[in-house]
Amino acid sequence: MEKILVGLKRVVDYNVRVQVKSDGSGVETDGVKMSINPFDEIALEEALRIRERGEASEVVVVSIGSSDAQQQLRTGLAMGADRAILVETASAIDPLTVARIFKSLIERENAELVILGKQAIDDDNSQTGQMLAAIWERPQATFASELTFADGTARVTREVDSGLETIEIDLPAVITVDLRLNEPRYVKLPDIMKAKKKPLDLLSMAELGVETAPHFKETSFEPPAGRQRGIMVEDVAGLVAALKDKGLV
Amino acid sequence: MAKVLVVAEHNGETLNPSTAKCVACAAQIDGAEVDIVVLAGAASGPAAEAAQISGVNRVLTVERDENDVAIAAVLAPQIVALASDYSHVFGPSTTFGKDLMPRVAALVGVNQVSDIMSVEGSHRFKRPIYAGNAIVTVEAADDSAVVATVRTASYQAPEGGNSAAIESVDVTVELPTHTRFVELQTGQSDRPDLQAAAKVVSGGRALGSEENFDLIYKLADKLGAAIGSSRAAVDAGYVPPETQVGQTGQIIAPDLYIAIGISGAIQHITGIKDAGTIVAINKDEEAPIFEVSDIGLVGDLFNIVPELTDTLG
Repeated sequence: MEKILVGLKRVVDYNVRVQVKSDGSGVETDGVKMSINPFDEIALEEALRIRERGEASEVVVVSIGSSDAQQQLRTGLAMGADRAILVETASAIDPLTVARIFKSLIERENAELVILGKQAIDDDNSQTGQMLAAIWERPQATFASELTFADGTARVTREVDSGLETIEIDLPAVITVDLRLNEPRYVKLPDIMKAKKKPLDLLSMAELGVETAPHFKETSFEPPAGRQRGIMVEDVAGLVAALKDKGLV
Repeated sequence: MAKVLVVAEHNGETLNPSTAKCVACAAQIDGAEVDIVVLAGAASGPAAEAAQISGVNRVLTVERDENDVAIAAVLAPQIVALASDYSHVFGPSTTFGKDLMPRVAALVGVNQVSDIMSVEGSHRFKRPIYAGNAIVTVEAADDSAVVATVRTASYQAPEGGNSAAIESVDVTVELPTHTRFVELQTGQSDRPDLQAAAKVVSGGRALGSEENFDLIYKLADKLGAAIGSSRAAVDAGYVPPETQVGQTGQIIAPDLYIAIGISGAIQHITGIKDAGTIVAINKDEEAPIFEVSDIGLVGDLFNIVPELTDTLG
């Protein structure tokens, strides 16, 4: 296969405990550490391994958003991606529009495979890959934990609620990845230096000819209803008594 | 008036409890008329169960050989063909629904409302973001079709006892053959299903090995509980992935959740927020799991768990 596209979303870092702004207008992102969505890092790692096995010739990382996302793309290039594309948008963008952008990039780049994270850890939507596959009219293999290729097809093991499901899909296709597919490599300093010389193209929605999908209005944000800290018991007898009290054993 | 089509999740024989929870969510929309569609090779078993869910108006069955196993790319165009008669299409936020419903939404030409936790109006919903650390209210345009997944842990299944009409419908759309089912490996187990169980015993990294997880299995069997786990325990290979509870695993709401040797990362807590009673057993008294547990016990799980299992006998 020629080319693999990988999506890298810039999100609030996994370790940050997100706070809702006191006026309910959003979540606090000022001065918060930003990173590549962890699932997207796994997607990139897989694409790099496919290329390193000689099963693909080029890995292109794509991000959509403000110019700040160049940071995450440079990290992707340092991990080993060949090129990067940033589609610049001023405001937050919805999954269907993201899917349309990827569809347009697939045509532009003539890509055969798109690998994405199964969800972004900010909006937890888990929609983009499936939507892209739908409008591209191609197969989707979501929640992948194992992946092999043969004769223009991919065999994908998927983590589903009831266990592990294996499907076979024809290429081209969209694959979204789960946690246990691989462990992403660490970036080494010389690679960061090298990444600075790799191409990073800027594109606009207009250049791609993409129209924005109907957007939801986000009318308010609130913190979740908290659970109260309960009682501490001293020993097993105390635990069993407390459970009996609640009629649970 | 709102007309909601709920896409049934089933295994060919029985209906998954997530379907009834979607009906409960749909019923929160004022004056909603709720139909269920069962897409299957043979639909009679799941359809009969669906017809009993109270609040259901009609059960539609679409029987085609291609529907024998659930493949999103195959099911989606059939649902879209039916969707034109409805204002809303709902599915569960299980892996079945998460795989399928965005594909439906994209074909309809709308974004999906993911993980509805409450209905605030026919086009206004609350949903969790950032691993449940914030709740956002989203509003779709009044005249827009709504395609959504329902956060099943936020809803109780309605009573049975209904006898809705079951109608077979023909959907004559062309179906793709580019996606083929190969196999499903399930952990063969007589234990209750994690999603449906009233009690769940869950183990974390502190168990230390696959063998030591026996302690969890024994306690679970004594309680008639399902098995859960933290991401760390799955990553370490102690238990299979389908047991993982949390942001990227299963979101559950049992009456009793016992967390053993689980520190309680926010990504784990988000999976158990709606549990009735949370019990935490951990040797670290500073573990964040104690912040959200109803009953906490600090100590060595290797002493506590066997003693607890014996005491319950």
